[in-house]
Amino acid sequence: MTTIQTSMPEAGKVIPRSSAWDRLWINRNWLAMWFMLPAAAFLILFLAYPLFLGVWMSFTDDRIGRGGVFVGLENYEWLRDDSIFWLSVFNTLLYTIVASAIKFAVGLYLALLLNRHMPFKALIRAAVLIPFIVPTVLSAIAFWWIYDSQFSIISWSLIKMGLISHNINFLGDSNWARASVIFANIWRGVPFVAITLLAGLQTVSPSLYEAATLDGATSWQRFRFITYPLLTPIIAVVMTFSVLFTFTDFQLIWALTRGGPVNATHLMATLSYQRGILSGRLGEGAAIATAMIPFLLAAIAISWFGMQRRKWQQGTDND
Amino acid sequence: MASVQIHDVRKSFGGFEVLHGVSVPIEDGQFVVLVGPSGCGKSTLLRMLAGLEKITSGTISIGDRVVNDVQPKERDIAMVFQNYALYPHMTVAQNMGFSLKLRGADKSEIDQKVNRAADILDLRRLLERFPRQLSGGQRQRVAMGRAIVRDPQVFLFDEPLSNLDAKLRVAMRAEIKELHQRLKTTTVYVTHDQIEAMTMADKIVVMQDGIVEQMGAPLELYDRPENKFVAGFIGSPAMNFLEGTLKVNGGQPWVETANGAKLPITAAPAAANDKSVTYGIRPEHLEFADDGIEAEVVVVEPMGSETQVVARIGTQDIIAIFRDRRPVAPGDKIHLRPRANSAHLFDKETGKRVN
Ligand SMILES: Nc1ncnc2c1ncn2[C@@H]1O[C@H](COP(=O)(O)OP(=O)(O)OP(=O)(O)O)[C@@H](O)[C@H]1O
Ligand SMILES: [Mg+2]
Repeated sequence: MTTIQTSMPEAGKVIPRSSAWDRLWINRNWLAMWFMLPAAAFLILFLAYPLFLGVWMSFTDDRIGRGGVFVGLENYEWLRDDSIFWLSVFNTLLYTIVASAIKFAVGLYLALLLNRHMPFKALIRAAVLIPFIVPTVLSAIAFWWIYDSQFSIISWSLIKMGLISHNINFLGDSNWARASVIFANIWRGVPFVAITLLAGLQTVSPSLYEAATLDGATSWQRFRFITYPLLTPIIAVVMTFSVLFTFTDFQLIWALTRGGPVNATHLMATLSYQRGILSGRLGEGAAIATAMIPFLLAAIAISWFGMQRRKWQQGTDND
Repeated sequence: MASVQIHDVRKSFGGFEVLHGVSVPIEDGQFVVLVGPSGCGKSTLLRMLAGLEKITSGTISIGDRVVNDVQPKERDIAMVFQNYALYPHMTVAQNMGFSLKLRGADKSEIDQKVNRAADILDLRRLLERFPRQLSGGQRQRVAMGRAIVRDPQVFLFDEPLSNLDAKLRVAMRAEIKELHQRLKTTTVYVTHDQIEAMTMADKIVVMQDGIVEQMGAPLELYDRPENKFVAGFIGSPAMNFLEGTLKVNGGQPWVETANGAKLPITAAPAAANDKSVTYGIRPEHLEFADDGIEAEVVVVEPMGSETQVVARIGTQDIIAIFRDRRPVAPGDKIHLRPRANSAHLFDKETGKRVN
């Protein structure tokens, strides 16, 4: 690498009559382009292309096995009048908001707990990660048993304790089904939030807490005025990811309920799969998937603008 | 403001004792410096005073109140940390006003007190900055400002200057000293730099391995160190030590080294003839004299106001400082005579002072 010229004027001097072709290889800016090319190609091939293909398909009446023609907004017009689609939008928002909020609260609480000195700290931290490591489908099967209409361990225990007299139909009743899938999602998502926030907590210098203690802060005030503000950047990142993952969740729902009962747990992702792949109406499925994009962009925008405001941690030294 | 009594305080970390019964009386308004080598327990003692570490046994009182079981925030002390521990997400003004805000003071009172502290420390222009936009010395001042605003009974400093460069350190040293003269708040200051201790303290407490070796006014420690450790620790360049045996054959006593040099002392110490002793003499108490001990010059360091000479007696190097300029060069043979009334004698085994 020592032969690369490090400044452009130098390069101009050393090779006074370089051809355009030579410049393409020696000029720093061009060189940077070449180095970025593989990554760019990769992104274009595997991210941009499917995205644009999906958006394009939503404007066609593609079906599996038969190319379609451009139909403009017809798919979207259909969706506008489709009550199941709107139900899935409602379900997705409910699922995302409730699950994310609880994941945040529980994850933060766990992180604060794990950040304390306690015996078997490493072991407990490892245990917290388990739900995250288990493959989704596997944990879905476990939950499927836990929620089984006849053999549910929850119903069994509650009956034994004399709190209820009949089995709860966890996955058969609309509201129970919603609560059940949300709970399963929380169980899976909490470790990610907890461990990431724990990592953030550990970057806060203990002497800040000591200083605050001497300044007269109670433990709640230390959390409110020291921990929380110092943690907001990482909270913004982790919650953005959490919201994106929850909003686009598919596996867990599909393994547990397939969107039932009577579409009560259909999310936009599962509905899109059902319409696009199972029913073969690719165009309509693509339109549902594309309809998710504005929500996702909104989530990203909110967290991005949230992070913008924190002046104290920006790199420049003059405001 | 208040006096502080540290009485027979011990501290163990999981069965391992690091402070072995430390007692330090501190008068109201005194500036006390805890000094000692790394790991001797200075920070631990300070943190116990602040309430950040539990006291294993013994008592600490502030004013006439025993504070062993008093929460840090009720002790009415303010501490300046070595790394300053400024809240990175708060401006200078918010950092300084934080304790008042927690106390529920109203905005105008906070502003007024913060501004007063900012004036004292020349921080007015920086009030709206965040800590990361400040230089090391400015951060240091903000940390002090945070302490001043509290108007506490006692100030605690844990090596507040060790992150600064040499020049700034000297400047801040003077600033802290001046601040103390102005506010007259009882202060406990930890450092491992004996020059800081000498220049700032009303009273120095020299610690080693969890015990107090000696305490007293700076010049007291300098002129009459109780033991060899304190003698070697206080003063720069350090005191020279020569091993020898005590000779008290009537008349004038002296110390004789292995190679036969006779080191003068004034009064006969309370020790037996032929006792093994360590003879201590400070570099500035050596003078040229034709009847002195023969030494070979190894290094000459002219400083302008004085000249430091490293000379070899037998196999041992000693340092001498002269205010008058003499043409000496490495390799020269010189004769040095210790000033008898400035010599220190220590028991060779125990290190205790014997004269
Ligand atoms: N939390 C702790 N757990 C166990 N041992 C500790 C703890 N804190 C300090 N020690 C031990 O106590 C002794 C004194 O430590 P301390 O921090 O008070 O030293 P110091 O005099 O402040 O040193 P320095 O000048 O390096 O800051 C050391 O031997 C240290 O290893
Ligand atoms: Mg220390």
